[in-house]
Amino acid sequence: MFTLMLLRQAYYILQEVFRSLKRNSLLNFAAVGTTAISLFVLGVGLLLVVNTNQITSTMESNIEIMVYLKEDISEKEALSLEPLFSRISEVKEVDFISRDEALVSLEEQMGEETNLRDSLGDENPLPNAYKIKTSEPREVGAVAAEVGRFPGVEKVRYGQEVVEKLLKLTNWAHTIGLIILALLGVSAIFLIATTTRLTLFARRQEINIMKYVGATDWFVRWPFLLEGIILGCVGALLAVGVLYLSYGTLTAKLQETISFLPLISDGRYLMWIYEGLLAGGIVLGAIGSAISVRKYLRV
Amino acid sequence: MISFFNVSKVYPNGVKALQGLSLQIKNGEFVFIVGPSGAGKTTMIKLIFREELPTKGQIYIGGRSVVRMRPREVPNLRRRIGMVFQDFRLLPDRTVFENVAFAMKVICASRSEINERVPEVLKLVGLEKRMDNYPPQLSGGEQQRTAIARALVNRPSIMIADEPTGNLDIDTSWEIMDCFKEINEQGTTVIIATHAKEIVDSMRQRVIALNHGEVVRDEHRGVYANAT
Ligand SMILES: Nc1ncnc2c1ncn2[C@@H]1O[C@H](COP(=O)(O)OP(=O)(O)OP(=O)(O)O)[C@@H](O)[C@H]1O
Ligand SMILES: [Mg+2]
Repeated sequence: MFTLMLLRQAYYILQEVFRSLKRNSLLNFAAVGTTAISLFVLGVGLLLVVNTNQITSTMESNIEIMVYLKEDISEKEALSLEPLFSRISEVKEVDFISRDEALVSLEEQMGEETNLRDSLGDENPLPNAYKIKTSEPREVGAVAAEVGRFPGVEKVRYGQEVVEKLLKLTNWAHTIGLIILALLGVSAIFLIATTTRLTLFARRQEINIMKYVGATDWFVRWPFLLEGIILGCVGALLAVGVLYLSYGTLTAKLQETISFLPLISDGRYLMWIYEGLLAGGIVLGAIGSAISVRKYLRV
Repeated sequence: MISFFNVSKVYPNGVKALQGLSLQIKNGEFVFIVGPSGAGKTTMIKLIFREELPTKGQIYIGGRSVVRMRPREVPNLRRRIGMVFQDFRLLPDRTVFENVAFAMKVICASRSEINERVPEVLKLVGLEKRMDNYPPQLSGGEQQRTAIARALVNRPSIMIADEPTGNLDIDTSWEIMDCFKEINEQGTTVIIATHAKEIVDSMRQRVIALNHGEVVRDEHRGVYANAT
């Protein structure tokens, strides 16, 4: 008996939802449009932020410490340093570059015409070296200092200024990105809440009558909630659709011109963002109507 | 039975709408509430309906305190009371049938109950031929009768009307009053706030006269105003 009543209630509520979706087409259009635009802008902001993060962290992970060893150290002695370097806790990667390898790669870089070998004769002026990567870019300074204290190490180089500038830059990018995202999020909520309030204002008479004939608050609330969810969902789908298409085209174009740019094209990661936006639209629609309907329930 | 015990209502802006109101309305009574504009008639109705809470005093309906009632019990109270307003308050985008059925859907009546009961009340108010019309296509009297049918459809034990004929001409007003009389004769308590002097005078029902938020007269078989 009770279940039957609930089913009936659900049926009547759905009837109300479809009736109002049909009747208030202009307002619904406005609500969908607002949601779509807000979430689209939010999505653009989000993609910009994650891509900036990606670019800066790629650059960060390319920071390396070059450790040049003393001339008088044999290759065997040099190799014995590797486990010692690896033992330093912040060190992620240790690469030994023998003087011969260094010469070969220098030759390659300079090209065939220069005839490096001829001008050098049999001498190899290059030292044995290590290339060290740290797990955290900000540890570079400390690791470099520690490595420098090992016997047999002639010189340590890691582009100190570049590292510091880069770290500052990424910090700024992070903060500004987060602030922009927060602002966009707030304005999206505000826009959507305003639109639902408008919708509800147009229908306050209906809510009023419902309350007068003895409808429970939930009977009044549910149709509006469902409507908010449906409209939010449609708006978010629109936003995600446009975002998906434009991001795909844009990244393809960009990577054609600047091929080394490490843009995010990982489908799973992007999907995650799109799903987030979709969920955001649904939640925004529901919250927007829940907040606005409260005001009219006090009869 | 509706009982007011020493009820006062002061609105947040400081207006004293009702002051120390005490009165009883028995089941099945027909009561007119009269008085000049601002006397407190609408306020009294809002208190019965629990649209407003009194500042002081107690109100009982069927032995239960309306004042101490929990918010989630309010819908149940309202389902036992049929409300009719001066401005009809119909949904313009629903037919007469749908407007009346709406009140039944709210209490989760089944479709067969709705299909049986709605034509029945529409017949009672004389609107059986207008079921599929929309409110804007109806005359004022027909719109008000639709509102009465909606108030009546869930078989309330109390019918309350706030100036139900305020927007209607005298002939139509009489039709509406006949409607209420008929409802009352079937056992429903009817409470009507009105300025319609002629009707009150010729119907000779109980009249409660308010002025400045106080009962100044309460007579059975009364008239709109005492001869002075
Ligand atoms: N929501 C409110 N807030 C503040 N004051 C109010 C409110 N409702 C009514 N009042 C005041 O309370 C007093 C009584 O108002 P009420 O509506 O009960 O009078 P009434 O007898 O119904 O008058 P009328 O015959 O014009 O309908 C008036 O002075 C009115 O201005
Ligand atoms: Mg009034």
